[in-house]
Order: sequence, then C-alpha cells, then structure tokens
Amino acid sequence: MATSTTDAVPAPTATITASGTTASDAVARHLAAARRGPRRRRALVVGVLLLLLVALVLVRALLGDYRVSFVDAIAIIGGERIPGASFVLMESTLPRAVMAVLAGAAFGAAGSAFQVLLRNPLASPDVLGITLGASAGAVMAVVTFGVRGTPVTLAALAGAFGAAALILSQAGGRGGATGRMVLVGVALAAGLSAVVHWVLVRASTHQAQDALIWLSGSLNSVTWAEIARLLALDAVLIPLLLVLASALPVLGLGDDLAAGLGVRVGRLRVGVTAIVVALVASATAVVGPIAFVGFLAGPIARRLVPGRPAIGIGALVGAVVVVAADHVAAYAIPGTALPVGVVTGLLGAPVLLWMLRSRTTSPEGR
Amino acid sequence: MTVSETTTPTSTSPSTPAPRWNVGENRRPADGFHPHSQEAERSESSQRSQEPSPRLRADAVSLAYDERMVVDGVTLDVPTGKITVVVGPNGCGKSTLLRGLGRLLKPRGGSVLLDGEVITELPTREVARRLGLLPQQPIVPEGVSVLELVERGRHPHHGLFRSWGRADEEAVASALTRTDLVELASVPVDSLSGGQRQRVWLAMVLAQDTPVLLLDEPTSFLDIAHQLDVLDLVRSLRDQSGTTVVMVLHDLAMAARYADHLVAMSDGRIIAEGPPAQVVTPEVIADVFGVTASVIVDPESGTPVVMPRRRAS
Repeated sequence: MATSTTDAVPAPTATITASGTTASDAVARHLAAARRGPRRRRALVVGVLLLLLVALVLVRALLGDYRVSFVDAIAIIGGERIPGASFVLMESTLPRAVMAVLAGAAFGAAGSAFQVLLRNPLASPDVLGITLGASAGAVMAVVTFGVRGTPVTLAALAGAFGAAALILSQAGGRGGATGRMVLVGVALAAGLSAVVHWVLVRASTHQAQDALIWLSGSLNSVTWAEIARLLALDAVLIPLLLVLASALPVLGLGDDLAAGLGVRVGRLRVGVTAIVVALVASATAVVGPIAFVGFLAGPIARRLVPGRPAIGIGALVGAVVVVAADHVAAYAIPGTALPVGVVTGLLGAPVLLWMLRSRTTSPEGR
Repeated sequence: MTVSETTTPTSTSPSTPAPRWNVGENRRPADGFHPHSQEAERSESSQRSQEPSPRLRADAVSLAYDERMVVDGVTLDVPTGKITVVVGPNGCGKSTLLRGLGRLLKPRGGSVLLDGEVITELPTREVARRLGLLPQQPIVPEGVSVLELVERGRHPHHGLFRSWGRADEEAVASALTRTDLVELASVPVDSLSGGQRQRVWLAMVLAQDTPVLLLDEPTSFLDIAHQLDVLDLVRSLRDQSGTTVVMVLHDLAMAARYADHLVAMSDGRIIAEGPPAQVVTPEVIADVFGVTASVIVDPESGTPVVMPRRRAS
C-alpha cells in the first residue's frame, strides 16, 4: 500500500509522508481484518459440509440392512466381486447415495438461486409448482407414451418451463416475487399434483413405487445410466449457475441499483431462470419432485454464511439433506421403506415456521 | 504524486475514450466527513472561468410509464463538475428525469447523451463505469456487512474473469474513509440507523468511482444533521474529485444552498433553471408549486430561502 493514491497528501508536498502511509495502512489492516471473519467462516462451512456429505454417503452406502465393510467396498468398486455385498452395494445402496447427492445438489442450487433472484424465500421451484410441472411432464411421457431415458427429461423440461412461464407472468414491477406470484404458484402446484394423480389413476399403474416417484420423489430403482445422465447435466448446469450468480449479490440491492452497477438485469433473470428450470427438470425426471429440498437449502445456506446468495453452499446443503433424509426414510420405521420425499416434506414444515418466526423473511432482501 | 499516478483507480478501461478527468488524481487525504465545510469553497469553485462542455445532457427527452407521459421533451445541459439540483412538486417527473438520465428508463422521444454518445446505445457496464446512480430506496440485503456492500460498488469494473485488484481495494478504502465508515466495516448494514445506512449507500457509489453521479433524494428520511452530512459529502466530492452531480431534493432551502445549478420542474417540464438566486423567486415558486411565498436571503450563505405563505388560488 506504500504507493497508493488514497494516502497522497495535499498539493504542496509531492511525496508520500510517513504519517499518510500509516493512516492508509491502518485502514487496509482494518479492512483485511473485517474480511477475515466471513472468509474463515465460509471456508469452515464448506469444509464441514463436505465432510458431513462424505460421511453420510458412506453411512448410506455401507450401513444398511446388509452391512458392507469399507475395505470390501473399495475392493468392489475396484472391480472385485463379493457375493451378496457386490449386488447390494452396486445395485442398491451406492447408486442411491450418489443419486441423492446429485439430485440434492441440483434442487439445492436451483432453490437458493431462485429465492435470491426473486428476493423471496417462498419463491423456490418446489413451492411455486415448477418442480411439479416437471413431474407432470415426466409422468405423462412415461405413462402415456411409455418412453424412458432422455425423452422423459425433455418432457420434464417442457412441463417445468410451462409452469415457470405461467408464474413469472405474475412477477411484480420491481422484479421481486409478489404475494400474488406466490399464491398463483401454490395454486399451480396443487393443480399439477392433481394432474399427476389423474394421469396415474387413468393409467391404472399397478406399481405403487412408480406412483410414489412422481408424487413425492423417491430414490428407489435408481440406475447407473440415470446417474450418468444427471451427473452430466449437473456438471454443466451448476458451474454455469455459479458463474451467472456472481452478479446476484448486486441484483439483491434492487433492480435499479443493479442496472446502475452495470448488471443487465433482464438478461440475468432469463439466464438464471432457464438454468434453474433445467436443473429442477433434469433432477425431477429421474427421482421425482423430492419435496421442499429447494425450499430448505437456501435459508439454511444463507443462515450459515450471512449476506451472500450462497448458491454453492445451497447445493451442498441440498445434497446433505437428501442423503440424510433417504437414510432416515429407509430405516426410521423398521420394515417400512418410506420414499425420501416424505421425510424432506416433514422437514419442510418446521423450517417454514422457523423462517416465519425470524425477524426478516427475505433472502438478500428488504 | 509520485509512482501512484500510473495506478490511480480510474473509471476507464483501455477500450474506452479517456475521461476528461482522472478522478483519482485530485483526491486529498481522505479524512472523513466534514460536518460543516466552508461556503467559501463553493463560491470560489463556481467562479471558475472555463466551463467544460457537458458530459451529460438530455436532448428533448420524453419519458413515460406505459401510456402516461411523465417527462415531456426536456432539454438539460448538466454542468460538468457542478452540483445540479432538481426540485419540483410530487409527481412533477423529477425522479423520472433522473431515471432517464441514468439509463434506467428508455426515452420515448429525444435522447440522453453521455460524453456525446447516446446513452441507451452504450453497453450497460460501460455506462456504469462513467455514471453512478443511487435510487431512492435501495434494498438492504439481510446480514450483509458494510464492507461487503461497499465492495459491490466495484462490480462494473470487473469482467467475468478479472479478479479483485489494487484499484478496487483503494477505491473501497477511500470510499469508506471519506464516509467515516472504516470502523463499521464488519457491521451488518441492516443493524445501522437510517443516517448511517445512507452513508453506506453513498460509500457504495463512491467506490464505483464514476465522474458523474445521480442521487435520487439522498436526504429523505434523514434528520437535519444527517442531511448536512450527506450534502457536505456531495459538495466535497465536487470540490475534491470534480464529480458532476445531479440530485433530486425535496427541501428547497437545502436545494438552494447546495446547488450550483438549480432546475425547477413542474408537470414534466423545466420551468426555470440557473443559479439558485435567479431560480428561487416568488414567481417561480408560484408557478412550480402553486404556492404564494416570500423569498429572503440567508445572511450567512447568501442563498435564497423560501417562506411559504399560502396556496396560490
């Protein structure tokens, strides 16, 4: 800082005096100190969440009804075949755990981004019916046209975009989510849930598991092909979202100020919305609309690192929540395997109450 | 100035035409808020003989929301390096004019020119490097600290891949020092008082480091002491950095005292403009506000003060 302009002294003296340098150094030191706290906290939060995620994935994959030792698991992943253990790990628990991470991260990132974009904690894709739009699209494709794989994702995408377009047509003048928009979204979600029921009843699906996927989300019958597809989409969409999200802190100051600071507000809105919808649709197409993960992840992430949009941390929180919820769902009631969405749905209610109780309710806003 | 000249935090990038000022160069040591700066400074600077050509001008600008025309063919040359204050009754279009000048609203007719270029044809980021604006009620994000918020003022100076640099650090440090906020750097903005918050917003636009600054009622909701703080800071910006300021003010006495150039608007048009002593007359007050008033001269500052009497019939 010795040559900084801010400590230059008035005209007569052309050189930088010792006292000027000290004053400016003191400011620099003060600012560095002010940055240290939040930076450490962020690093700590990311570290703890990553450790927690790895631990939960190991628990989910290894400590089921049929326990697989860590050494065996490494050997199996390395290609060895151990009767029993190989099947349980590679066909059931490991794909479930991996899919839980991928879907949780997708829902978590999308939810946090949407809440910040619309400056309203209620404006998550699952509350607004975008996730159920994806589900309705997917279930129609599966039941009515009997398709599998990528076409399901495309149908989910179409459904999610339709729902998003309807909701965003209710957006207010200042760019935030209005009460009207949230109400329309909640109504839409209820309507779409009815559509999913109707399609399932009409198709007289005999498999209850299939129905559960499209109604509340489930990680049963996850395949490696589906994992590969969601992994590819996550790997593109989440980094893209993080790059775009670098302008979200500025957008949080209001549309006018953001525009004054050089943000192309309209383009940013369209871009973030498109990625959020794509993320939600691609996850919903394989695991269904796992309830409230997008809604939960954002507020938790922002509570962990205040004052930031925290999209990446939202993704981690989403992954942690889904892996943990899936483990609880599978083993909480002996003999009954609940779908993961039932547990996340149960988690949603207390979090909503907690958010209503806290002084301010909006993320990055008002 | 020594080595520092090559690294001054300016609002230019290699691709843009050089501004007429190097904003960073004129900075005096940042010694915080001046509660009561000298009136002498102002009269001295307003008597500078050479008038630079306007950096910002409105050329027959009409602005509308949907079908409602709010500003109707306004032409305004904003004096460079001076404080221009826009006054007028509620709904006269003064804030809308400011939004038009700041590129937040696209003119229905006419154009706003920034450094001779049509502002709506310039890239958003480019405009943000030359012109800062502070809307009336920005949103205070929950939990964000003073430092983090002020740092957001550097956004226009960053591309996708340019990281935080020394110019950024210096601009933020200088902005916080001038607004006397260094000690509050890590405090959450939502826990501050109204006056302190307004200082934070000003620090943010100072960090943006633009030669032109638009402020929409920067003193509303502030008590008199904090109003003076804000307006004295604006004045010190003009004096020390040669910043061109356009602000909307409600209080006529404050407007008359701090303006170099006063613009009185009514019903979407400019009724009168010029030095405050020429604009603040009983005739203009009656015209603009529909109020019968006497105008006296403040013995200390020599600026006109309005004594409203009754509504003109």
